[in-house]
Amino acid sequence: MGKKILAVDDSKTMRDMVSFTLKGAGYDVVEAEDGLLALDAISADVDLVITDINMPNMGGIELVKALRGNPDHSSTPILVLTTESDDSKKNEGRSAGATGWIIKPFEPEKLLKVVQKVCG
Amino acid sequence: MDEYAQFKITYFAECAELLADVETQLSELGSGSEDPEVLHAIFRAVHSIKAGAGAFKFTKLAEFSHQFEALLDRMRDGRIQVTEEGVGILFRASDILSAMVESAENETPLLEDFGSQILEEIKTIISSDEEPSPATPVMAVLQQTEDTIPVEKNYTISFAPKTELFKHANEPLLIVRELKTLGNVTAKPSLERLPLLQKLDGEEAYISWIFTLQSEAPLVDVEEVFEFVTEDCDLNISLVAENQDEEETKEVNKSHEKPSDLDQVTTPKATKLAAKQNIGTPKATSIRVDLDRVDLLVNTVGELVITQSMLSQQTNELPTDQFPNMVRGLEELALHTRELQESVMAIRMQPVKSVFSRMPRLVRELSAKLGKTVKLTTIGENTEVDKTVIEEISDPITHMIRNSLDHGLETTEERLAAGKPETGQVTLSAEHRGGRIIITISDDGRGINRKAVIARARERGLIGDTVTPPDDEVDNMIFAPGFSTAEKVTDVSGRGVGMDVVRRNIQALGGRISIQSAPGKGSKFIMTLPLTLAVMDGMIIEVGGAKYVIPIPNILESFRPPKEALKQLPTGQNLVYVRGEYIPICHLQQIFNVRAAEQDPSKALIVLTETEESGTVGIVVDQIVGQQQVVIKSLESNYRPVPGISAATILGNGKVAPIIDVEAIYLLSQQLMINSTLQSDSAPVPTDTLEEVSIVEADNIELASDLIEVHTTPIG
Repeated sequence: MGKKILAVDDSKTMRDMVSFTLKGAGYDVVEAEDGLLALDAISADVDLVITDINMPNMGGIELVKALRGNPDHSSTPILVLTTESDDSKKNEGRSAGATGWIIKPFEPEKLLKVVQKVCG
Repeated sequence: MDEYAQFKITYFAECAELLADVETQLSELGSGSEDPEVLHAIFRAVHSIKAGAGAFKFTKLAEFSHQFEALLDRMRDGRIQVTEEGVGILFRASDILSAMVESAENETPLLEDFGSQILEEIKTIISSDEEPSPATPVMAVLQQTEDTIPVEKNYTISFAPKTELFKHANEPLLIVRELKTLGNVTAKPSLERLPLLQKLDGEEAYISWIFTLQSEAPLVDVEEVFEFVTEDCDLNISLVAENQDEEETKEVNKSHEKPSDLDQVTTPKATKLAAKQNIGTPKATSIRVDLDRVDLLVNTVGELVITQSMLSQQTNELPTDQFPNMVRGLEELALHTRELQESVMAIRMQPVKSVFSRMPRLVRELSAKLGKTVKLTTIGENTEVDKTVIEEISDPITHMIRNSLDHGLETTEERLAAGKPETGQVTLSAEHRGGRIIITISDDGRGINRKAVIARARERGLIGDTVTPPDDEVDNMIFAPGFSTAEKVTDVSGRGVGMDVVRRNIQALGGRISIQSAPGKGSKFIMTLPLTLAVMDGMIIEVGGAKYVIPIPNILESFRPPKEALKQLPTGQNLVYVRGEYIPICHLQQIFNVRAAEQDPSKALIVLTETEESGTVGIVVDQIVGQQQVVIKSLESNYRPVPGISAATILGNGKVAPIIDVEAIYLLSQQLMINSTLQSDSAPVPTDTLEEVSIVEADNIELASDLIEVHTTPIG
């Protein structure tokens, strides 16, 4: 069984690309459109969460905090998708409890590398 | 990268939605909205466009959207004030963004400096709030110190995780594993801090390591392994050169009290931002469906409606007591067919907002260009029409708004001189009436320059030199082919598309357009269109053995009039007296040249119908067959346009029945009457008594008869 990854992004293009890349590498991918939907979609067997920061309803930072507050996911690796322009977001993400970050736009290999780095 | 083709399709579809969204939100912003969610929404949209652009390597688009995003980011958190000028820049930037998306989608290259002007403006604004530390130069310096030729190097790495590392769900084992991908690793753990078992805290970090790594990888690659944990550990990476002559040490770890302080400062703000995002945006509950599929569904349901009506017609003659179950079944079939058809049509219904929301923008830009101050008011933007109609109304509306601003409204000086308020008013409204959508565009400008129109009409030989047509006729001459009311072609309205083209396009949709104008007070364009181009409720009527359909929304009532209620004007216009009002009636038999079974309306039936502009009109019919839902089949595309007929349908018996355009029928009957009176009597009527007749209510008998007399003036 491949590892299960929850990909959260309000942009379908990004979800599709993340999902496609990860599935191609044998991961199991669940998708959600924003933080709130991600909280609905997540289950205890999710091995990694990849989330965008800017999303309607509930953004990525909020999502990280919510997940860290839940014992089921307090040690689930979480990667935030950020762009080079929001360096401060990296710090916000970190202080909220994110494990790492992926800088958009990413090469598929880079994404896989980072995923491997945090969840093996 | 073929597998990306499909993502590109998704991406461009998404871009189209995002751009439309940006447009809407910008209009909000332009109309003075201070809702913070507006800027957030624009930011997110541009952000998403940028992310995709980067992924697909649309460099220009990525760079532009990056700067655009940066500007929006500063605006949304208040670092840069949102001024009117700023909003103007946002509008222009969103245009450029659209153009760039389009160019990327169609793979049409843009000019090298396309958008560079606005890009500079954005950069200038941003630099007014530049924080001095883009991270990239630092990286560049680091890379420069690296050897370009890969040489085997020895690294010594001391790595002591802190508790935070685990809290962030990082895992030393995985880090070591990654380090191993770079080269040969030996690890020496240090267990000094490890307490006795009973004192061990599972969440505390005790073990530290010293790794030695033999690798050709540059320092940055090694640093990258610890990318996520540099702040959660004590880390020291030193490079031992192969020949041991020189030792280069790079301090990676630094004191982190400062950043973590910063974190705490920024965190409450983040919470606030996120909390704000929480309100206002409803959860998206829509899915995207290809319009072709919906169209196919609509057509199939249309066929189903025909089949159903055919079935019910054929079984109507059967004795109900013999097949009670079948009759009941057929009734249910009828009910469900109708429900199905209504829900399918609802899928394609959209508020006109998508078109209306583009107009504030247009007005804004045009008024700036023309140096006029204009206030646009939109009314009824939630009025829904079929998507097929929405697509068609955008151009005419744009055209008429341009026209109003450019020709309708006076310059500021002229307005003040005429004692009008400086700000010109343009109103765009939509409403449902008589089963159609009515869109009006009115302005409080100078009105149609009738003298100029008449002069132009004479010049073009449209009217004789001595003839002066009535005012409303003059006004509507602007719709004549090749007739431009503009004294000079400007770059605003003079785009080569005349009002005649607008009218032709609208008529092709079964719509009508007219203008009402009062000199010095303003003009009003009235455009009416069917709500949908697919199905409608119709009343089947019969005249002279032929069946016709009258749209149900037009019908007010039907009755058999007593003889004394029928009157005829000297002009030949027949009227019926209903509850204190004289209503003009017309005979279909004259118009379609059929022989009605009953010539005398008091022995036949009159169907009273409501029209958009001609008020109430009675239509004399032999009999009413029944009400039925009919599928509209275009005459234009299947046959050719027929005056007085808006479309056709197929009845249950498989025969084609024309759908009557009541207003057009009425106008045709007027025309017939004029033609016949022209032959007998052509005494001209002085027009100066008709000053006030420009807006004709045909149910007003006096005005109507005046109008008819006016029409007796020979034309051309």
